[in-house]
Amino acid sequence: MESYYSLAWLWWVPAAPFAAFAVIGLFTRPWRQLSAAVSIVAAGMACLFSWGALFSQIKAGPEAVRNDQYIWFATATLKPAVGLLLDPLSAVMLVTVTTVALMVQVYSLGYMGREKGLSRYYAYMSLFLAAMLGLVLSNNFLELYVCWELVGVCSYLLIGFWYDRDAAAFAAKKAFVTTRLGDLGLLIGLIMICTRAGSFDFADIRARMAVGGWEPEWLTLVSILVFCGAAGKSAQVPLHVWLPDAMEGPTPVSALIHAATMVAAGVFLVARTFFLFAGSPDALAVVATVGGVTAAFAASIAVVQNDVKRVLAYSTISQLGYMMLALGLGGLGAGMFHLFTHAFFKSLLFLGAGSVIHALGTNDLREMGGLRRAMPVTFWTFAAGALALAGVAPLSGFFSKDAILCLAWEKSPVLFLLALVTAAATAFYMGRVVFTAFLGPPRSKAAQTAHESPTVMLVPLVVLAAFSVLAGWWGAEFGRFVYFGVPSDERMRWGFAALMQVAPLAGILAAWLVYVVKSPDPDALRRRMEPLHELLSRRYYVDEAYDWLVDNVVMGLSAGLAWFDRRVVDGTVDSIAWLVRRTGDGMRRLQTGRVSNYVLAVFAGVIAAVVIVRMAGAG
Amino acid sequence: MLGVKAYAIVAALLFGLGVYGALARRHAIAVLVALELMLNGAMLAFASFSRLHPLAQAVSGQAFVIFIIAVAAAETIVGLALVLALHRVFRTARLDAFELLKW
Repeated sequence: MESYYSLAWLWWVPAAPFAAFAVIGLFTRPWRQLSAAVSIVAAGMACLFSWGALFSQIKAGPEAVRNDQYIWFATATLKPAVGLLLDPLSAVMLVTVTTVALMVQVYSLGYMGREKGLSRYYAYMSLFLAAMLGLVLSNNFLELYVCWELVGVCSYLLIGFWYDRDAAAFAAKKAFVTTRLGDLGLLIGLIMICTRAGSFDFADIRARMAVGGWEPEWLTLVSILVFCGAAGKSAQVPLHVWLPDAMEGPTPVSALIHAATMVAAGVFLVARTFFLFAGSPDALAVVATVGGVTAAFAASIAVVQNDVKRVLAYSTISQLGYMMLALGLGGLGAGMFHLFTHAFFKSLLFLGAGSVIHALGTNDLREMGGLRRAMPVTFWTFAAGALALAGVAPLSGFFSKDAILCLAWEKSPVLFLLALVTAAATAFYMGRVVFTAFLGPPRSKAAQTAHESPTVMLVPLVVLAAFSVLAGWWGAEFGRFVYFGVPSDERMRWGFAALMQVAPLAGILAAWLVYVVKSPDPDALRRRMEPLHELLSRRYYVDEAYDWLVDNVVMGLSAGLAWFDRRVVDGTVDSIAWLVRRTGDGMRRLQTGRVSNYVLAVFAGVIAAVVIVRMAGAG
Repeated sequence: MLGVKAYAIVAALLFGLGVYGALARRHAIAVLVALELMLNGAMLAFASFSRLHPLAQAVSGQAFVIFIIAVAAAETIVGLALVLALHRVFRTARLDAFELLKW
């Protein structure tokens, strides 16, 4: 089908930010404002072409898939390509990623404007954007994996942007190592698939799968390995520990990478390779369970965090769990829809929190309060984002959450219950953040004297708020659109949806009672539930468990291996060297330097030669 | 007339004497002399085995002898020159003094 949108433009989507990265790194580094401009222009270009791609895709219909590739290198068995794949899934992701990225980059002008390393910041942001878009557009596993690791590197670099702060440096390391743990599974999984299918290309693997003959157990194993990578990137239990710490990075980075895009890459990966999971009910069950548990687990922690960014981080983990839950229940459309809406309202919330942090210079909720009057735009946009996240109708989060709840209701009562509790908890902790930060009396000097942020930061807030409010109206269309053209029956059920409104409204009401009316009083409440509060604020002791695991098991194992390496491996090599040396030392003595000894050797040699020749002749 | 065997025995004795001298003597000039003895043994062997040649008038053995005499003279000159040069450095011509090239 002929389209007005040329794939040549699509190549520019990842290429423009990459070019910006190169230009900033090579040329414009000394001029900070110029670097920022280069990066923003590139992001704008990518955004423009992405919207073009989405509209052309909508016009062409969900079944249209377009593909363009160059062979990277060819071997006898494999021909890895660098290619683009434009289908509904990637079109939606493109728009999400580039829109949020553009908003965040504009916002950063205000938030990061006075940083010395602004050029470096924008260079990393551009590289991240290029890698993320490459990941989304990739039509094969290899390219996807390369970009997958690239976004990981960018995440590492940006979390550690303030590398002179120890906490940031540690957090960057932790994020990288933890996600690598999952990536190992992904790498093994994709090697297994691609060697068996004989191709990296998603379409080829799909075609090969359609032929059949792959054992279900093998398929389950491979799918779960791929899911390991997704779980690491998307911070699913038990690999979630890195995401809260990643909040050490600049807030716009948290908004872009650790809320809207990179952490959603795991969900995207499962969606992209959904054809594998679809062949294995067990793997899907694992995905759904991990997602459901993560959702409830992280939401409960978010309730007691005092750092506003950490609340949002746990909320992100929780919502990513929601998406995984949807995917695990077979709801590709519902999961991707939630990813789409979540990207907007969560990046909005992060940017709003950044606006507050920018004004106050603190992350601590206990030092905020009463900011509604001083920062009206921030307040209203933040409130819109919070309502959308809580899933209050008719904001975007309502539609996407409802799709997931509806799905869970049909497929699994246990997971439905988890999801419902999570929805209520989400509303509660978001209510808590909004009420403590923006209502009530100012609780610190900084909160009293706070001012609204500059316009350059407010415009992105407003734009993202508009998306957060309106993005939901795509609704059930979305499921049909994303689901590779397979019609899905995720229709809106208004009655059910209305009933489900109980959860967020109850959560918000509870938060209102506790944090505004103060009955029950939050402090008294906390004292009454001290053990629970302790458990939650220590984050279920997961970090402690990891520390124990590393200190005892990993270090013990390493000590054993180190002993083996030093004694056995090195020992063998060293003894061979010792033997050669000693032999050489002994043989050296033959070289006496005396002519007569040599002459004797010559004669002895001649006689020996004669004897040998004679004996050989006789034989 | 004595047989070729007798000459061969003498030649072997001469050669053996030379070998013994070359190995046993420590003085460089004595070793050179011993080398001459070995050469003489070899020459005698050539000359006498020449008799066994199927062609009575063949003189290749004798021709070899002439060549060896010439080569031996040249070799002795080189040898003596070396001894002289070494003597300048070490103030001696005893072979066991020259052991700079040992381990």
